[in-house]
Amino acid sequence: MDTRDTVFIALFAAIVAALAVFPPITLPVIAVPITAQSLGVMLAGGVLGARRGALALVLFLGLVAIGLPLLPGGRGGFGVFLGPTGGFLLGWIVAAFVIGDLTERFWTRLNFAVAFAICFVGGVVVLYAIGVPWVAAVADIPLGTALTGSLPFVPGDLVKCAIAAGVIVMAKRSYPIIAQR
Amino acid sequence: MLTDLHVPGDSPLHRVRPLAKILGLMGLCTGVFLVDAGWLVGALGAVVLAGYALAGLAARHAWAALRPALWVLAAIFAAQVWIAGPAAAGFVVGRFGVLILAAALVTLTTRSSELVDGILAALHFAPRWVPKRRIALAISLCLRFIPLVRSVLAEIRQAQQARGLDRNLSAVLVPLVVRTLKTADEVAEAIYARSFD
Repeated sequence: MDTRDTVFIALFAAIVAALAVFPPITLPVIAVPITAQSLGVMLAGGVLGARRGALALVLFLGLVAIGLPLLPGGRGGFGVFLGPTGGFLLGWIVAAFVIGDLTERFWTRLNFAVAFAICFVGGVVVLYAIGVPWVAAVADIPLGTALTGSLPFVPGDLVKCAIAAGVIVMAKRSYPIIAQR
Repeated sequence: MLTDLHVPGDSPLHRVRPLAKILGLMGLCTGVFLVDAGWLVGALGAVVLAGYALAGLAARHAWAALRPALWVLAAIFAAQVWIAGPAAAGFVVGRFGVLILAAALVTLTTRSSELVDGILAALHFAPRWVPKRRIALAISLCLRFIPLVRSVLAEIRQAQQARGLDRNLSAVLVPLVVRTLKTADEVAEAIYARSFD
């Protein structure tokens, strides 16, 4: 970790924060709107790698916790972590780490399909594995019910994986940051 | 440019030290989850609402804190009514309401800068292996660069709008990421040039 890494962490946290003001895009087939901010989570891991990506999200969520309105709709403060979906926010850190770690492992073979699979594992499988049991535990509902309630978001997340995978591959071609492992 | 959610005031709640408020909030969270009692949630709800009145906050502040969680809470309420009946549903949703309102009360009565100062002061006592200067640098850089990245994002969207691509997320995100990474390298060089390490 040197100064350059610190700057990358800080500026990527700023990207995630800036993406909150991007208006949600509603795709024609699925009704659930797509917010750009969770794309930032996949990009943090896929562009910066495991450690820097996860630390960028730690910094971002830290700034949210101290009351800066950096989530979509100008939300922020401790309340967002204590609400039912707080697990998804904290899961962002782990998701970015997993995506970053897999991207580092597959760095030389990275293409769209590989990046898509990586984003799916980290940004959907791992994220839901943290967020869904959290909802079930704090809201006292069975795991199955919580999972069913989260399923409508999966199609939108798949679209996000595709967009993030494209951006990660393009960023690798034009400005590679991750060192080959 | 970068505002926080703090509502200025001079009430006792505004003047209490941030650390005390955070510890109180943590105590409250642990309490409502450890003690599974409806009367406790009701009593704490009354205390929290009294806190809003004491801090001179309006009902719209409390409503603004609850509104984003409303849909999820409604879904949980429906699921709970179906599983355990209306009393249990009211308890679970009421518990969330109290937690969210209490957390928002801390946020509304505390400046972000006070909390940043608190973090940096706490870092002073952190063990040696904690990279204190780097953490302080990362926090201040991020606060400085959020407005900048926002304006870059707006600029790129306008440029892509001229090409009919402003609804295309990758056409906006690729230039945003690449430009930010370049800026980061320039900033890092500037910091090296000033012998930060």
